[in-house]
Amino acid sequence: MAKIRVGIPGALMYYLYFPLWQTFFNELGIDVVTSGRTTKELLDHGVREALADACVPIKVFFGHVMALKDKVDFLFIPRVVCLNRLTVYCPKFLGLPDMIRHSLPGLPPIIDERMDVRTGRTALFGAYRHIGSCLGCNLVQVARSLSRARRVQGRYHRLLQDGCLPREAMASPRNAPMSHGQVPDLTFGVLGYPYAVYDDFLNAGLLEKLHRLKVKVLTADNVPPKRLAGQSYGLPKRLFWTFSDQVLRAAHCLFEEGKVDGIIHVSVFGCGPDSITDKMMELKAKLHRGIPFMTVMIDEHTGEAGLTTRLEAFTDMVRRRKEAAPCLK
Amino acid sequence: MFKVTFPRMGQSYLAFQMLMNDLGNEVILPARPSKKTLDLGVQYSPEFACLPLKILLGTYLEAIAAGADTVVTSGGVGPCRAGLYAGLHEKILADLGHRMRMIVFEPPRLRPLEFLRQLRLLNQARLSLRAYWEVIKRSWSKVRALDNIEKLSHHIRPFELKRGDTNRAYARAVTMVGEAYSADAIQDAERAAGELLRAVPQDPTRLTVKVGIVGEIYVLLEPAANLEMEETLGHLGVEVERSMFLTGWTRDNTWTETTHGLTVKDAAIPYLPELIGGHGRDSVGHTVLYAQRGFDGVIQLAPFSCIPEIVARTILPRVSRDWNIPVLTFFLDEQTAKAGMTTRLEAFVDLMKRKKETLRNMGTTQTQPQGRYFA
Repeated sequence: MAKIRVGIPGALMYYLYFPLWQTFFNELGIDVVTSGRTTKELLDHGVREALADACVPIKVFFGHVMALKDKVDFLFIPRVVCLNRLTVYCPKFLGLPDMIRHSLPGLPPIIDERMDVRTGRTALFGAYRHIGSCLGCNLVQVARSLSRARRVQGRYHRLLQDGCLPREAMASPRNAPMSHGQVPDLTFGVLGYPYAVYDDFLNAGLLEKLHRLKVKVLTADNVPPKRLAGQSYGLPKRLFWTFSDQVLRAAHCLFEEGKVDGIIHVSVFGCGPDSITDKMMELKAKLHRGIPFMTVMIDEHTGEAGLTTRLEAFTDMVRRRKEAAPCLK
Repeated sequence: MFKVTFPRMGQSYLAFQMLMNDLGNEVILPARPSKKTLDLGVQYSPEFACLPLKILLGTYLEAIAAGADTVVTSGGVGPCRAGLYAGLHEKILADLGHRMRMIVFEPPRLRPLEFLRQLRLLNQARLSLRAYWEVIKRSWSKVRALDNIEKLSHHIRPFELKRGDTNRAYARAVTMVGEAYSADAIQDAERAAGELLRAVPQDPTRLTVKVGIVGEIYVLLEPAANLEMEETLGHLGVEVERSMFLTGWTRDNTWTETTHGLTVKDAAIPYLPELIGGHGRDSVGHTVLYAQRGFDGVIQLAPFSCIPEIVARTILPRVSRDWNIPVLTFFLDEQTAKAGMTTRLEAFVDLMKRKKETLRNMGTTQTQPQGRYFA
């Protein structure tokens, strides 16, 4: 009998949880197929199928699903609601399986297990157990696979924290981060949702461009989780959405620590939560005049040249300012 | 004495004005959102914030210019971002140099003490508990009266003989209810207002279509935000039924009878099992219910970049196919103009009317649509 193939689209949650899911399915004896990097073709497919008003990461996700749908027996699009008991994910994540199911024709069955840790201590395990039983695996197999998957995931997260990019960390899970040749003389915080910061097609190779400009990049993943959890941001309540909450905390951390030379917010056109996150960051930046702040807005028309110009200008400005600083004292 | 202002949603401001006055606050009445209000809001809001945030910011700024120092508004627990708007408004206003007292009512089950503290803070007249309760009850009955006459106007307008009669009668009816103070007076005013509206000369034989309106609450409730869509539709000969009123009266009373006990949530679950915040799931559920009740079409209204409604919008074409009901969506923002909207509405209404006429000439009534889930 041929092995069952499960497809995991290479967008959105992929950048954070792919190693976990891949190991989990592999240990159950199931093949995992992924749609690989975002390409122009994938994006175009997505833009055609998805609603015009949706944000570009969702359109990209549609593209990835379309690339996968004829190659796999199941699509894995879990409904990730809440993983930390405090914040939920963006409403588009909450309705993601439904959006896909009701707007794309000819899909294989979708595994849309709901993951919400607020419903009980064992909710997450229950979700994986249910996935396992749907694929014909018993409790022992699921428990063993999940514990292995969690070990892999833990290692992956440590690598991300050490400054690896997701692709590097997935490719060589044991290596330390690669050095990039040139010695960076500036450090920028590049903040944004993982699927915007790490998708090098979507953001037109922003991280790579910064490396070439001799800038060291810190992302929200490089801020120690404990530090992040203890950071406050002066709103009467927490932002409701996990990624936005993290980004805003990281921004406040970086601004207050003052160790970075500049902060770039990678925002997505038409993103609802970002409208609040970005405004809050802007207001915070006003209080810290020493750290320049820039918002880069990405959408399906983001072009290389325009972004390069903006990054070069920003970097030049920051570098000149830094060189001038000792003279001004 | 606080100088209080609050968000303006439709005609409900008349009731809130009464409530705040009774509690001993001075009310700075929010002006009807105009182009100027919106421009003011747009100038200081984040670009992708939704229309309600921009309009409200403009409203607050206008009220501040008129001397307001306190904003009373509602909160929320997400995942719709409207729950964070009070905090964001406060920050933006502070950044502009206006330190406002924000009184934000969160759902009382989360922080009951905070809720009570805020109620007490607003009680400047030091009313007794009993009097407080009476005051709230009275203003609630006023909101309900206002909702009822608005609902009535939606049913009368498409049949009016002389265009504009209903608008004039409705404006007078609103004033009548607005001026009523005691509980009895409100009841009497509501009755008189109803008679006034029913007295509008009508042509009951006219071919009309029935359209349900679903979507995000603020753009549904504030006519200035949806460019008086209900009025436009009424003049095109459309009986409008809005899925949402401030009192939520429709859902609790009429719907359970007419749709075999199916609630909005039940109707939406086959399509969207998760609560996604805002009114996304309601939009899907209401569309199904309207189809079951034999409506001719559904219009979805949402502010641009509203996430829950985008999710709903992605699912609605499927609902439309399954239940054979046309759905038209408007994403509203500061660029939306009335002429373009009217053209789209006219085309939509023409199509619905033609379909209805064809069916009538064929001597058949529209067959009960059969929903099929996951076919």
